[in-house]
Amino acid sequence: MNFFYHAGRYFAMLARVFQKPEKHRIFALQIFKEIESLGLNSVGIVVIISVFMGGIITLQVAYNMANPFLPVYLIGLGNRDTLILEFSSTIMGLIMAGKIGSNITSEIGSMKVTEQIDSLEIMGINSANHLVLPKIIAVVFIFPFLFILSVFFGLIGGLMVGPAVGAVTATDYLNGVQYGFTPYYVTFSIIKTLFFGFLVASIPAYFGYHVEGGAFEVGSASTRAVVTTNIMILVFDLILTQILFR
Amino acid sequence: MIEIKNVYKSFENKDVLKDISAIFLEGQTNLIIGRSGSGKTVLLKSIVGLHEIDRGQILYDGRDFTHMPPKARKKLRQEMGMVFQGGALFDSMTVEENVRFPLDMFTEMSSAEKQKQVDFCLERVNIVDANKLYPSEISGGMKKRVAIARAIALNPKYLFCDEPNSGLDPETSLVIDALIHQITVDLKITTIVNTHDMNSVMEIGDNIVFISDGALCWTGNRHEILHTDNQTLKEFVFANKQYQKIRDEKIDEE
Repeated sequence: MNFFYHAGRYFAMLARVFQKPEKHRIFALQIFKEIESLGLNSVGIVVIISVFMGGIITLQVAYNMANPFLPVYLIGLGNRDTLILEFSSTIMGLIMAGKIGSNITSEIGSMKVTEQIDSLEIMGINSANHLVLPKIIAVVFIFPFLFILSVFFGLIGGLMVGPAVGAVTATDYLNGVQYGFTPYYVTFSIIKTLFFGFLVASIPAYFGYHVEGGAFEVGSASTRAVVTTNIMILVFDLILTQILFR
Repeated sequence: MIEIKNVYKSFENKDVLKDISAIFLEGQTNLIIGRSGSGKTVLLKSIVGLHEIDRGQILYDGRDFTHMPPKARKKLRQEMGMVFQGGALFDSMTVEENVRFPLDMFTEMSSAEKQKQVDFCLERVNIVDANKLYPSEISGGMKKRVAIARAIALNPKYLFCDEPNSGLDPETSLVIDALIHQITVDLKITTIVNTHDMNSVMEIGDNIVFISDGALCWTGNRHEILHTDNQTLKEFVFANKQYQKIRDEKIDEE
């Protein structure tokens, strides 16, 4: 019952979110601000995590394929496909749910408990539209770029770690990265990131928008938002993989 | 003028407002007073439409706000200004940007015109040299004054203040009270102030509505309150010996 209660309120909020903005110029400015604060400020963490992720996947693939009958270039191929299909889309989505999601919940939640949202409503401004829509657009827009960046730096991580520990030569690794490339994998993952971006912005916004109480409740709402977003990302990952890979 | 007729509001089967009717007059500082938890804030939020009432009617100069279609309600809201208990200034904006915000959203003024209006509003509340500061960098009293400046930026017809003196020292409270009263008289607006500060009652209470346990208990002005026979009101207003003394002195003078 609790699930249906929250789902109902979530869709009711979305119905208010997707309405015509009050002033288009201010709305456009807000989108750029959100792209900067939620997207560009996440580039650093994406790069760091991706380099380590690529390095670790390369090591794991290398240790698990230590077989003379398997060609060494498969290490590069394994790293590339793992990054494209799951790690740079889904795992990065989960990490961003923590970073961006908690940011959105605490920002909107703090505005709620300090009556800033009431203040917008009193002025005759649709607060859900004014606060949430720019965040959704910004995150959905920036996620595919973060995905591409993550794949790139993940491959760089593999190229740094693989040859450094003697698991694979740089030439073999790069041959593997270029071997049997399926462009559809990228399309598939970009479609996933669009869905994940929507979830990462809208679910935490929902939890922030409906918080009641004070600082403690804002903290609890942030935790619930991140957990719920993570679960929904995994559910959507399963559904989209089933639909798009049939 | 704002008129409320037979207003009821409940939360999860708990009756918070019970059959409240009152008139709030134009050009006067109307006070809603009552103990903590008596339903003052719910009444004020119901009047401005932040809470939907269960039954009754709220009329703004004869316009039925309760049954108004959303578009008309939105338009009417642009005639309202509200000062929240904590100020509710937007943290991410400077003082100046906070006051300019309603002008940006609802007017087609040029940049220079907006700046002129912002300067006028900030001057009106005696804020100088703080335009570029953020809300976190100014005092509680200044936050309230900036909130008043923002509330009057669009020249509202109705001003609402929820506990404007909470958390302020007595001297600053007097300044805020005087400011609200002066703006009400100068701009000829209908002001409703929600308070349990007895200084405000004695200083600016042109029209007072006392509610107790969610029901209307007494109406009158700051002079009539001294002679009231209403026991609940007497216990509330004159709970402090200081006010008992003031009352006795004033009655003696009369």
